[in-house]
Amino acid sequence: MAQGIGWTQQSTAPRQLTGIFVNTFPWYELVIWIPLLGFLWIRASRTQRAREVCLIFSAVTMILSILLYLGNVQPGSSWLGSWFGWNLIHIDQFSAPLIPLTALIYFLTLLATVGHKTQLFPFAGALLGESLTLATLWTDTHWWMILLVSLSVIPMWLELKARGESTRVYGIHQAIFIVCLVLGEFLSVRLNAPAMNMSVVLLTIAVLVRSGAFPFHLWRIDMFQKASFGSSILTVSPMLGAYICMRMVLPSEPDWALHAISFLSLATSVYAAGMALVQSDGRRFFCYLFLSHSSLVLVGLELATPIGLTAALCMWLSVGLALTSYGITLRCIEARVGRIDLNRYYGLYNHMPTMAAFFLLTGLASVGFPCTIGFIAGELLIESAMNYSPWIGWIVVLATALNGIAVLRVYFRIFTGTKHATTIPMRSQIEERIAIVGLSILILAGGLYPQPEVESSYKAAMHLLEEYHREIPQTHGSGLHSDGQEQAH
Amino acid sequence: MSTMLTYLAAIVVGCPILTLVILGLSGLLHRPLPEAWVDRLTKFHVTVGLLATLGILGIMILTDHPMEVMDLGNFVEIGQKHFHFHLEFIFDRLSVPMVLMTFVLVGVIGSFANIYLQGDAGYYRFFVCFSMFLVGLLFAFLAGTIETLFLGWELVGLSSALLIAYFHERKAPVENGLRVWGIYRVADAAFLMAALMMHHMTDQGEFLRMLSQQPWPQGQTHMDAWTSLTVGILLLVAASGKSGLIPFSGWLPRAMEGLTPSSAVFYGALSIHLGAYLLLRLGPVFSESVLLRVLMFGLGASTAIFAAMTSRVQTDVKSALAYSSVCQVGIIVMEIALGLWYLALVHIIGHAFLRSLQLLRAPTLLRDYRTLENAIGGRLANGQPMWVSGLEKNRQVQWYRFALERGYMDSMIDHLMLKPFCRLFKTFERIEDYWLKALDGRSSRPPQDS
Repeated sequence: MAQGIGWTQQSTAPRQLTGIFVNTFPWYELVIWIPLLGFLWIRASRTQRAREVCLIFSAVTMILSILLYLGNVQPGSSWLGSWFGWNLIHIDQFSAPLIPLTALIYFLTLLATVGHKTQLFPFAGALLGESLTLATLWTDTHWWMILLVSLSVIPMWLELKARGESTRVYGIHQAIFIVCLVLGEFLSVRLNAPAMNMSVVLLTIAVLVRSGAFPFHLWRIDMFQKASFGSSILTVSPMLGAYICMRMVLPSEPDWALHAISFLSLATSVYAAGMALVQSDGRRFFCYLFLSHSSLVLVGLELATPIGLTAALCMWLSVGLALTSYGITLRCIEARVGRIDLNRYYGLYNHMPTMAAFFLLTGLASVGFPCTIGFIAGELLIESAMNYSPWIGWIVVLATALNGIAVLRVYFRIFTGTKHATTIPMRSQIEERIAIVGLSILILAGGLYPQPEVESSYKAAMHLLEEYHREIPQTHGSGLHSDGQEQAH
Repeated sequence: MSTMLTYLAAIVVGCPILTLVILGLSGLLHRPLPEAWVDRLTKFHVTVGLLATLGILGIMILTDHPMEVMDLGNFVEIGQKHFHFHLEFIFDRLSVPMVLMTFVLVGVIGSFANIYLQGDAGYYRFFVCFSMFLVGLLFAFLAGTIETLFLGWELVGLSSALLIAYFHERKAPVENGLRVWGIYRVADAAFLMAALMMHHMTDQGEFLRMLSQQPWPQGQTHMDAWTSLTVGILLLVAASGKSGLIPFSGWLPRAMEGLTPSSAVFYGALSIHLGAYLLLRLGPVFSESVLLRVLMFGLGASTAIFAAMTSRVQTDVKSALAYSSVCQVGIIVMEIALGLWYLALVHIIGHAFLRSLQLLRAPTLLRDYRTLENAIGGRLANGQPMWVSGLEKNRQVQWYRFALERGYMDSMIDHLMLKPFCRLFKTFERIEDYWLKALDGRSSRPPQDS
C-alpha cells in the first residue's frame, strides 16, 4: 500500500504502531481466538440472540485484523509459542491483506443474514470456519496448514448433516483433498525422484479439488444446492485452494505440473463461464461464475511471473470483494422470492431499484468493468497472459466476455422483463444495505484509485518470488520467473 | 496558449464525468435529484463542454496547432516491469470534429428527452445512462491510448444495452438489449485482442508512439505483414460489431426497441460510427496491407448493398432508417479502405446529423408525408429501381424475402453459434447432473430455502 498503509515486513514506517504492549501482545493469535470463543459461546444456537453475539465477535475480529494490517504490526509473542513451543504464525506481504479481507467477508455476510435466514443459518459454524480460515492464512507451516484446512471442512459437513442432506459428494471430494494433501506432503520430504514426482501429482490434485477445477468441481455445485447460500459463499470466498497452491505447491512445482494446473484452470474458467451462461438456477449460476473467476486467479498464479502473480493477487482481492457482494445481493433477492429460476423474468426493479443498481455494479465489477476494482486486475491478467502466450491471453479474454454476458443476462432476468405484483414490501433491510453499500464503496474506491492495491500486490509478488528463489534455488525445476522480463513462450 | 488548451481540454473531459458522478451517486444512495435539476445539470455540462471544444478548435486553427495532447499520467504503473495504464487524450483533426458533433447531438437529444420523458418513471435512469454514454463516447473519441479507448468502448456498450432495455417491463426490449450487449462483448473481445497484440508487438500503448508520433492522418506502424494482417482482421471484427456491419447488422434494428431519443442519437447517429472511427484512427495499420484494404472494401461494399436492399422493404420506419444508417456506414468503410479519410470524416458528421433529424421525426412521419403530398398536390413517388424491374418475378420474390428477413443474419448467428453453444453446455449440465446423482447415491431432493 502507498506510503506505509498496509503490511510491510520489517517496516519502520512512521505509521507502525509502537510500544512494548503493541509489539509483544499476541494480537494475531487473538484474531484467531476471538471467533473461536464466539463459537464456544453460541454453539448450536440459531436464535436472534446467537446472531447478535456472532456479529459482535465477527465485528471485533474484523476491526482488529484491519487495524493490525493498517498499523503494520509485526507478529509478537504467541500463546501457543510460549505454552507449547509452536511458532506457527507467519505473516508476509502475500497473506497480510488476505486476513482483513477474509474477516470483512465473514462479517458482512453475517450482517446481511437477517429475517427468516437467521433460523436456518449456522452462526456457530460460521465463527468456527472464520477462526480456522484465518488461522490457515496465518501460517506457512505445512503440517499445521494441512490440519487447519482439514478441520475447516467440518462445519460445512455438519451443516449438510443438520439439514438432512446427503454429504456423499462433499465428503468424497474433501476426503480426496485431505488424503492427497497428507500423502503429498509426506512424500515431499523423500529424496528419491519417484516419490517427489508422486508428491507433486498428489499436491496438484489436492489443489485442483479444493479449488473446484474441472473436473473436480462437482462438490461446489452440490454444496451450493444443498447448504445455505451464506455458508456456501463463506466456504468458497477465501479461496483456500489457491492459498495452498501458493504455499505448498508453487515453490516446488516442476514446469509440467505448472502447465497442468494452468491448463486445467484455463479450461475451468471457460467451461464455467459457458455453464454460467446457460444456467437456469440462480445458485448454480453464481457457483459457476465464482468458479470461472477463481480459476482465473489460479491462471495468474501459475503464470508465475511478477506481473502474472501481481495480477493474480489483485484478482484475488477483486474476486473476494466483488463476487462476495454479488453473492450477498443474490442471497437477499433469494430471501424475498425463493430459489431463483433463471428461465423466467421476475421484474423486481420497481420494488428494489437500489438493490438492482448494486447487483449490476457488483456483477460488472467481477467481470472487470471500468472504474471498478476488477478492471485493473483483469487488464493485468490479460497483459501477463498475452506476454506468456497469446493463446492464454485470448482464452482469458473469451472467459471474461462470456462472464460479462452471463452477468447482464441474470440482471435482466431478475429485475426486468415483466411487472412483479406483490403486496409484501421487498425493500432491503438496513443491515443488508450496510453490507452491500460497504462492499460497493470498496469496489468503487479500488477501481478509481487502484495504484495502492497494485503496488501492494506487486511487492507481495516480488517478495514471494524472492523467498522461493532463496529457499529453493531451482532444485525442483520450479517454473517461477523473477527476472525483469516476463518469460515469453 | 498551451495552458489555455489544457484547461479547456480538462473542461471537455471533466464536465460530463462530474455529471455522471453526481447522477450516479445520488441514484445509488437512493436520493435521486429532481427532474428540473437533472435537466439543468445536463444542459449545463453539454453547453460548457461544447463551448470548451469550440474554444479548442478556435485556438488550434488560430495557432496552426494540429494537435493537443492532454496527458493525465499513469492511472496505474509498475515501473520496473513496464506495465502502465496510461490516460491520455488527443485533440486533433479527427477527434475534435467528432467531439463537437457528439456535444451538439447529445445536447439536442437531451433537450428533446427532457420533454419527451417528463414525469416518466424511468426519467432518472435514462439520464444516468445518457451521461454514461456521453462519457464513454468522449473517452472513445479522445482516447490517446488503447486502454482509454477500451474504457470508453465498455461504457458505451453498457449504457447502450441498458437504454435499449429502457422499457424494461416488456420482454422484447430486454432480450434485444441482451443481444446487443452480447454482440458488443464479442466486438470488445476482438478489440482487446487486437489492442494487446499491437501493444505486444510495438511495446507501446499510446497511439501517437504507435504511429511514429505523427498527427492524424499521418503516421505509420512498424508491425510485420502477418501481425498487421491479424491485428487488422481483429479490428475489422471489432468495427463490424460496433458499427453493425455484416454479419452483425441485426443489432441496429433491435436497438430501435429503445426510446426514440436514445435510438436516434445513440445508435443511429453516434455509436454506429464508433467502428468507423476506430478504423480511421488506426488507419495506418490498414494502409500498409493491400489485402487488408481489399477485405475492408469488400466488407463495406457488401454491407452497403445488403443494407440498401433491406432498408427498402422494412415495414416500420425505425428499422428502415436503421438499415439506411448501416448502408451509409458501409459506404464510409469503403471510403476508409480507399484512403479517403477526410471524406469519410465529413461523411460521418453529415450522416449523423441527417439521421438524427430523420429519427426524431420518425414518430410524425405520416403527418410529414401528408404535408408534403398536400404541398405538391399529389402522391409521393414510390417507384422501384431499374435492376429490380428487370428481374424475373420469382427472383424478385426471392430477393424480397431475403431483404425482408434481413438476410437471415440473425437466424444464421443463432443456428451457427448460439444454439450449438447452448446445446453443448446443456449437454455438459446433463452429464454433471448424472454424475452428481451417481455420486450422491440418492435422487436429489427439491431444493430448500436460503
